[in-house]
This record gives sequence, structure tokens and C-alpha cells, in this order.
Amino acid sequence: MDQFLQHVINALSLGSIYALIALGYTMVFGVLQLINFAHGEIYMLGAFTGMYTIRWLRLEEHPGIGSLIIALIAAMAASATAGFIIERLAYRPLRKSPRINLLITAVGVSLFLQYSGQLVFGSDPQFFPTGILELEGYNWSYGDLVIEPMQIVALVLALILMFVLQYIIFRTRLGRAMRAVSFNHDFASLMGIPTNQIISATFMLGSALAGAAGVLVGLIYPKIDPLMGTMPGLKAFVAAVLGGIGNVTGAVLGAFTLGLAEEFLVGYWVPTYRDALAFGILILILLFKPSGLLGVHRAEKV
Amino acid sequence: MNMRLVTRVTLGFAVAAPLAIGPNIEAQAAEDFIKIGEVGSTTGSEATFGVATHQGVDLAIKEINATGGIKGKKLKVILLDDQGKPEEAATATTRLITQDKVTAIIGEVASSRSLAMAPIAQQYKIPMISPSSTNPKVTEIGDYIFRVCFIDPFQGFVMARFAAENLKIKRVAILRDVKNDYSVGLAKYFTETFKKLGGDIVLDQSYSAGDIDFKSQLTAIRATKPDAIFVPGYYTEVGLIARQARSLGIKVPMMGGDGWDSPKLLQIGGKAMEGAYFSNHYSAEDKSPHVQAFIDRYRKAYKDTPSGLAAMGFDATMVLADAMKRAKSLSTSDIRAALAATKDFQGVTGRISIDQQRNAVKPAVVLKVVNGSFAYESTIRPG
Repeated sequence: MDQFLQHVINALSLGSIYALIALGYTMVFGVLQLINFAHGEIYMLGAFTGMYTIRWLRLEEHPGIGSLIIALIAAMAASATAGFIIERLAYRPLRKSPRINLLITAVGVSLFLQYSGQLVFGSDPQFFPTGILELEGYNWSYGDLVIEPMQIVALVLALILMFVLQYIIFRTRLGRAMRAVSFNHDFASLMGIPTNQIISATFMLGSALAGAAGVLVGLIYPKIDPLMGTMPGLKAFVAAVLGGIGNVTGAVLGAFTLGLAEEFLVGYWVPTYRDALAFGILILILLFKPSGLLGVHRAEKV
Repeated sequence: MNMRLVTRVTLGFAVAAPLAIGPNIEAQAAEDFIKIGEVGSTTGSEATFGVATHQGVDLAIKEINATGGIKGKKLKVILLDDQGKPEEAATATTRLITQDKVTAIIGEVASSRSLAMAPIAQQYKIPMISPSSTNPKVTEIGDYIFRVCFIDPFQGFVMARFAAENLKIKRVAILRDVKNDYSVGLAKYFTETFKKLGGDIVLDQSYSAGDIDFKSQLTAIRATKPDAIFVPGYYTEVGLIARQARSLGIKVPMMGGDGWDSPKLLQIGGKAMEGAYFSNHYSAEDKSPHVQAFIDRYRKAYKDTPSGLAAMGFDATMVLADAMKRAKSLSTSDIRAALAATKDFQGVTGRISIDQQRNAVKPAVVLKVVNGSFAYESTIRPG
């Protein structure tokens, strides 16, 4: 029983990581119908920005929630800037071209960032300074069951960000404009909505989320390298499709489903198929329910 | 240009007979250098491997050249990066042989990449020495492929014996990297010996290189209550595995192989690595004068303590140079024959003899992580 519960806890923590990345994925897709394959790399940039900020400002000497917030803000700002630049230089010139061109460009941007990352940061894995939060040794345990504080932080943050996004999309002017652009780009423009700015804002918001995820993942799994975004990026994409791409709640639901499925597959059955599972799910969902778990209500789309 | 052509033609006539054996003899004769190719992962996620090995190789080359080179010629190393990818390693090997016309090749650290290189070196009949690929299949590819390290059956044997006889434990869980020939092989050989010694493998779990979450495997392992966990992977993942094991409340020691040998292991794993054991090629704490002398010279050159991989790179180059000195000529077939005859060569990592299968026969050391550094624990000899 303890083992089963431990698996559930592990799965929720893994799911919250996927959720944090999937939120940005799904939001950009919702507005642009563009699968931004560079999203995983923006997450990587966030992790590295966080690491360098902590090193340069010597935040490890002042551990606490304040240091975490500084690192988070730096990472989110850098990621948002990167997102803005990528959209401006790579995607905007192609907005009127066929969808496939954009998709190929996105893959290109992703590879460009992976290899530039190796050039700039070096490709050996680096240690993410976990010392900014003094949490080691503060695990809660009940018998064999162990819960780490960072797991709770990631879970709570994923849920909070989901509600914040939900609020922005459905309760603010920006959100209304985003939904209008998503519904019909040309009409929105005719209604006086500055579509370019809205799209930029969407990209920046999505990228900032990825940046925050980068820092949190760095704290939980303190090994970061320039290729770290590839697999989580793809998994988050699967999670977003599973939940119904373009749907914020769906992304979180999909991420937790994927986390649970992976955890139980690895824990009780064949660990080798971990990555195959995610893509197996992708194929199945595209075959049988392409709109995803929560994708039925078209009105709920961003 | 003209002069060179003339020389080449003349020399071509002079050495017309051996030409049939090696395609690049002609090119060598026209050069003042003996070119040695090196393939390593100087970038990529296992960059430590390539960089450390190359520093060892470079130090050896400098020392050989400072003492007059070989047969009146200086050595020159041409290093190509494979980014840690087998296909890049294969391309680099072809380039070194066909374009740079090297006489011999040093590489690779990782068995999966040496396995991609070896068929090419064998095809062109260029001697290849792997400094530290321990998978047995590497030298089985052909008679031009050598190594100066022990092989995984021995390394698996070492850790199994260490676990059974020194640690006196009975129940071990294994967590192997399925993407990695080295890790899979090591897990297999460990299992064989450990069972023979009366031990029990309580669970055999796996992961893939690049994973960051190992908690599901570790949770399953925890339920089996092992006395130790054998993780024959690379340092890139082991640090995270150790952290997650500790945070799940697993307190038993972790054990591994020479793939752990990197300062990053301690950096990423932190306190979680304390008390872990792994087998390696040498220990920097070895008090033998030739080891300490090597460490001094290495420190002078790189301001760092040499890792096992650096020592292996050094030894691979020295063994090659020794064979070149003993060889009748610098043709690749003569060098091959001299390499195969290597006996009791005193390297930094022990006395090296090349056996029938072109593997080195030598002891292994077991290191323990104590207060954030690798401390010597025990030496285990073949047999």
C-alpha cells in the first residue's frame, strides 16, 4: 500500500512538471494553432538563466523564498524575451504561409537553440544550485511514505498557474483579445484588436511559464544541460494533446494522466517502455479522440 | 608542391613492396610527423570523458616528443570531436584515416562509440587503441583493435566480489541504463558473478540515458529491501539517482563502475553520493612513485588531479608509442604486431600485458566516496 501511495505521490510530482511546461505549449497553440517545438528549449533557457542568476548574485548565501523569487523572475523575464524574439524573427514572417512551413521552422528553432546552448553553456551537465532553498532533509515521512517539500511546491504552483491562466483568458481584456485572435485572426484585426501585440503577449506569457518550470525542475532534479528540454518538451506536448490542445485545464489533466501512466508502467511493469508509452498515448488519442480528453467544447478554447 | 611530388614518386618506388599492405605508408614517409588520430566526446553530455582522456593523451605526446620522439620523428595528435554520438565517431574515424592519413587511432571512451569506430579501423587496417571502452565486443571486431583497460566481465566480477566478500552483502538491486552497451553488459556480468558467489539479485530495473526522474524505479527497488543498489551507468544520471534514492529514504550503499569517474558525479549527487563504491582503473591515492610522478606532471600541466580516464588516455598513448618504438617499421601491420606483443608495460594504471583477445590484463581498484572525494578502498586482481 505504501508503495502504491508513493507511486501516486511521485506521479503527481512528475505530472506537475509536465503540466508547467504543457501550459505554455497549449496556450500558444490555442492562439496561433502553432505547435511551438522550441518551447522545450525556452524551458532550458529558463533553467540556465536561473542557475546563472543564482551564481552571479550569490543567492545561495541568502537562502529563502526571496532568493527563489528573484531567480524565478530573472528566468521568466529571460524566457519571455526569448519567446518574443523567436516569434518576431522566426514565426511572424511566416504567419501567412502554409501551416507546415511554420512547423518546420519551429523544429529548426528548437535545434538552433539546442546547439547554440551547447556552444554557449557547454554541453557537460551542470549542477543547479539547490542551496537557495534549505529544504534538504525536510522531507515528511509516514512509515515508508516520503513527501518532499519541492514536490508540493511544484504541484501547488502548477495548479495556481492553471487558475491564473484560466482567469487571464476568460476574465481580462487581454484574454478576450486572445480568444478573438484565436477565433479569427483577420476579423479580430478588423475589430481593432492589435493582433501582433496580442500574439507577442501570448508568446511571452507562455515562454515565461516555461522559464518558471525550468527553475523548478532545476531545484527538483539539479542537473541541467542544453538538451534537457527535448524530452520533457515532447512529453508536455503529448500531455497537451491528451488533454485537448488549446485547453488550459486539459493540459494539466493530460500532464497528470501521463505522469501517472508513466509512473505505474515503470514501477510495476517494464521501465524500458517509458518514452514509448507517451508516444503510444499520442498515437491512440490522435486516432480515437483527436480533440483530447477535454477538447470537446470548442467554446472553451483559448 | 613539385618537390613534394618528386619525393612522393621516388619514395613510392622505394617502398613499392610494402605499399600493397598499407595504403598510407607513402603519405607517412613524406611527413616529418607520425600522425595519431584521436576520437573523443569533447562536447556532448559526456564531455568529461573526451576532455579528460585528451588531456592524458596530450601530456603523453608532449613527453614523448620532449625525449626525441619515435624513430627520429615527432608525434602529432589530431583530435576530432564526436559529440558523444556513435555515428559522429564513425565519420570522424573515416576522416582521420582517409583524409588525415593517421598511423594509429586512439579512442573512444564509451563502448557504444568504440563499437562504431572499430569496423572502420579494421577495414583500413589501422591499429586502434581504446583507452577505456570496457565492453568485450569492442576488440572482438578484429585483430587491429586493442584496449589498455580491463573489460566488463572483469569489472562486473570485481564489484560482485567486492560486494560479496568485502561488504558481505547478499541482496542487491540493479538499476541499469538500457540505452548503453556498457551499462547493460556490466549489469549482466555483475549478476553472473554475484549469483555464483551466493548472492541474490532482488530486482533488475532500468532507465534510459537522459531521464531525470528515477523515483518510480527506486520506489519499486525500495520495496524489495536490498542491501545495496548496483547502478552501472554514467555519472550524468548517477548523481540524480543517488539524490532521489536518498530522498525516498533508501540508505543502503550504491555501487557502480568506471562510468562514474567525473567530478560532476559529486557535484550533482552532493551528500547523497557519500558511502558509494565504484570500480576504477586507478586511484590518485596510489603511493607508487610512477603514479605520483604522473599526478605531479599532470597537475603542473592542467592544475587538476587526473581522473582515471586521463590516466587511461596517457597509458593508451604510451603503450602505442612503446609499440611503435619496438616495431620493425612504422607500417601499420608492424605496429599492430608490436602492440599485440606488449608485455608487462609499466603504465600509470598498472602493469599492462595485452592478451590473445587484445585486451589488457590488469587489476582494478575500488574507490569509495568519502567527504566529497574518491578514496581508495581496495584492489581486486584478475582470477
